[in-house]
Amino acid sequence: MAAFLFSRFLQSAVLLVIVSIIGFTVLNLMPGGPLSQFALDPGMTPADIARITEQLGLNRPLHIQYLEWAWGMLQGDWGTSFRDGSPVTAVIARHVPATLLLMGSSTVIAVAIGTWIGIRGATHRYSGFDYVATVGAMVALSIPTFWFGLIGIYVFSLKLGWLPAGNMYTIGDQSVLNYLHHLIMPSVVLALVHIAIWSRFMRGATLDAISQDFVKTARAKGVTERRVVMKHVVGNAMLPMITLAGVQIPSLLTGALVTETVFTWPGMGRLFLDSLGYSDYPVVMGLLMFSALLTIVANLIADITVALVDPRIRLA
Amino acid sequence: MVAGGHPASAPDVALSVRDLTVSLPVGMERLNAIEGVSFNLNRGQILCVIGESGSGKSMTASTIMGLLPRGMETSAGSITLEGREIVGMEAEELRSLRGRVVSMIFQDPLSALNPLMTVGAQIEEAMAAHGEGTAQSRRTRTVELLTEVGLPDPAMMYHQYPFRLSGGQRQRVMIAMALSLEPTILIADEPTTALDVTTQAQILTLIRDIQRRKGMSVMFITHDFGVVAEIADSVVVMEKGHVVERGEAAKVLKAPDHPYTKRLIAAVPHLRAEDRPREATASAAAEPLLKVRNLVKTYRSGSRLFRTERVVPAVQDVSFEVRPGHTLGVVGESGSGKSSLGRLLNRLMDVDSGKILFDGRDIAPLPESEFRSMRPKIQMIFQDPFASLNPRMTVGQILTVGPKAHGMSGSKAREEAMELLNLVGLDVRAFDRYPHEFSGGQRQRVGVARALMFKPQLLIADEAVSALDVSIQAQILELLDRIQRETGVAMIFITHDLRVASQICDEIAVMHKGRIVEFGRPSQIFFNPEADYTRQLVAAIPGERFDDKTTVPTQADTGT
Repeated sequence: MAAFLFSRFLQSAVLLVIVSIIGFTVLNLMPGGPLSQFALDPGMTPADIARITEQLGLNRPLHIQYLEWAWGMLQGDWGTSFRDGSPVTAVIARHVPATLLLMGSSTVIAVAIGTWIGIRGATHRYSGFDYVATVGAMVALSIPTFWFGLIGIYVFSLKLGWLPAGNMYTIGDQSVLNYLHHLIMPSVVLALVHIAIWSRFMRGATLDAISQDFVKTARAKGVTERRVVMKHVVGNAMLPMITLAGVQIPSLLTGALVTETVFTWPGMGRLFLDSLGYSDYPVVMGLLMFSALLTIVANLIADITVALVDPRIRLA
Repeated sequence: MVAGGHPASAPDVALSVRDLTVSLPVGMERLNAIEGVSFNLNRGQILCVIGESGSGKSMTASTIMGLLPRGMETSAGSITLEGREIVGMEAEELRSLRGRVVSMIFQDPLSALNPLMTVGAQIEEAMAAHGEGTAQSRRTRTVELLTEVGLPDPAMMYHQYPFRLSGGQRQRVMIAMALSLEPTILIADEPTTALDVTTQAQILTLIRDIQRRKGMSVMFITHDFGVVAEIADSVVVMEKGHVVERGEAAKVLKAPDHPYTKRLIAAVPHLRAEDRPREATASAAAEPLLKVRNLVKTYRSGSRLFRTERVVPAVQDVSFEVRPGHTLGVVGESGSGKSSLGRLLNRLMDVDSGKILFDGRDIAPLPESEFRSMRPKIQMIFQDPFASLNPRMTVGQILTVGPKAHGMSGSKAREEAMELLNLVGLDVRAFDRYPHEFSGGQRQRVGVARALMFKPQLLIADEAVSALDVSIQAQILELLDRIQRETGVAMIFITHDLRVASQICDEIAVMHKGRIVEFGRPSQIFFNPEADYTRQLVAAIPGERFDDKTTVPTQADTGT
């Protein structure tokens, strides 16, 4: 186990370095450069821009800039935002809770519903339910998230008036209920695609497990059908799903980008788009590293969980 | 209750099956999985149900357990279990019988236990499912059961996960589980087929002992007449869903009535007392094609840095020779290193040290780029005829892709493939068909033809007939024998089945823990073994003692 963890940490570190190099390079390849924002301002003279460039150290070779940035990162200094001069960590920290809230509730919805659909689809294979679930998953996967968002707003906000069309809370009313009320639509919309993916994988994993010999053994010793499914089938089917969760949950961030824009949700997705528009490189890099870290940590947790749950790995 | 193991004078019936018919889903190869099956399982007896794959023997067991796969149902007949009719019984009532009145053990102990639950938890579950005892009493009983089936250190075994146990130990756990509620009937579906021969002998003894001690009735499903000879009181022979013969074991074994039973018994491989006639003296005296010298391979896993390294010596200091036109048998149990040896000879794996002199040239140190041109001369035949052929390629493509890659022209390859299909006893029309259209035996013929396409000098057959029914097995062995006589190819025949090895081999190497513990002619190995391990192996072969076809030399193994 120690050896496994050690090698995984090493891999993760290398991966982070590679991601940061690619991100940094690509970002600086963008036309306009980091100061294009200032260049549009009529009050700025070329001399002003040159001064700012000098000040921010942007006139030095790219690899020097990268090394300096990386050295700062290692010491916990993620740089300062071009936009308002506040530390990148503080900017990100302001937006993280909203995104985590959205991702968390979406994950709960997606895993709960997806798992249920998957198990039921597998235990009632080729039933009406299974066909509806299969077609439903295909529909959810092929229609873009923003469309669901817009339709949701049209139906539930404009026509029915049941749910708010956007934002995280009503100004002046920050009760838990108010938050929940705002949370319903974005998290369901964000969860849709993941319900589809999760239910398909769960169905496959359940079918794999259900045809195993030990399931026959359990039935042969007179275990009730309910326990056969819940304990023996689902227990074993969840193993590959843990790994899937490690990959799927971070990918919610991508979905959050769209969802947050549609529902004017003040999270990291919105921050990312705004910062790109503003050529706020330090914040963009910060967000990139944050999401890379999140992905790697989620995968690591998934792998460790599998190792802990599966005695064949835990005790080997 | 009946106490003894011998048939009671007036046997009463524990399980009675009458005119049982189970229909298959529409569109399958036949209408019914089993048709009009009738037999009795007498109390305190062992009934063997024997047949080849597809005979419906396992399906009969599933029907009795009420565990038919979806889409199949009992369409006629009756099953009376302890006087109660179970055909048409409510699902919940059937469930309460399973594990309590009738329990079952399965073929593959590696997959029959839930990998995520401890051995103890899985045995307790059987009792808990029927509301038997308290958590405390179930636990005590579980440890008792583990003791009863002869597992070492039962208290510790209770907490073990299945992956830590060997195949034989897992099968003992399965038996403990099946016995937990003292059922009157035990159904054993090929419980020893996946086990090594020595383990098989132990498990057979265990089942028979327990059956006698508890006066249990056992329905034992097998494809092996050797096993029947070991344990059966009476026998039911099944073919294609029908019972073709039933009777006392001794009667069916000695004087079978039905032609199918006769064929089946005749096809069972036996230890041969006389060696295979040597080929013409010229080839016997010929220079060996393959000389292996001090071959060593060690598997390492884990990490040396964290002291979790595991070292498994797979092949240790192995030396032997094979002459053209001769067959060397490599026999041993799982983990003996026999398959590793095959992979080393074919350079599918790198050698740690030692020499492999093929036609005078040491191929052990050759890099793949140099060895590749020699690959056609050493070909393999694999165990599983279902997994070893690419399902998306036609037989023609499978046969010709290799030779074409080594520069044969398409038309020439096609022509040779046609010839070979003929040689291995397949119709030339097979060329354009896909593997799934063939039976296991036919696919193995394709596998043989594929290997022969390269005109190899050495064939390595790794358990090439182990997955086949006995009658098919006999045909493939005959085919290999004929091909060797016609082409003079040398062969290394890797198998766990000593009876098969004695059929086809000129010389036999017995492997144990990576070493060759004995080397000699089959007659010597099987009838006058020197090594203790060889003696154990031979003693464990099921059914040989009862077999009048095996002519045991007079000085048999009573010495030393």
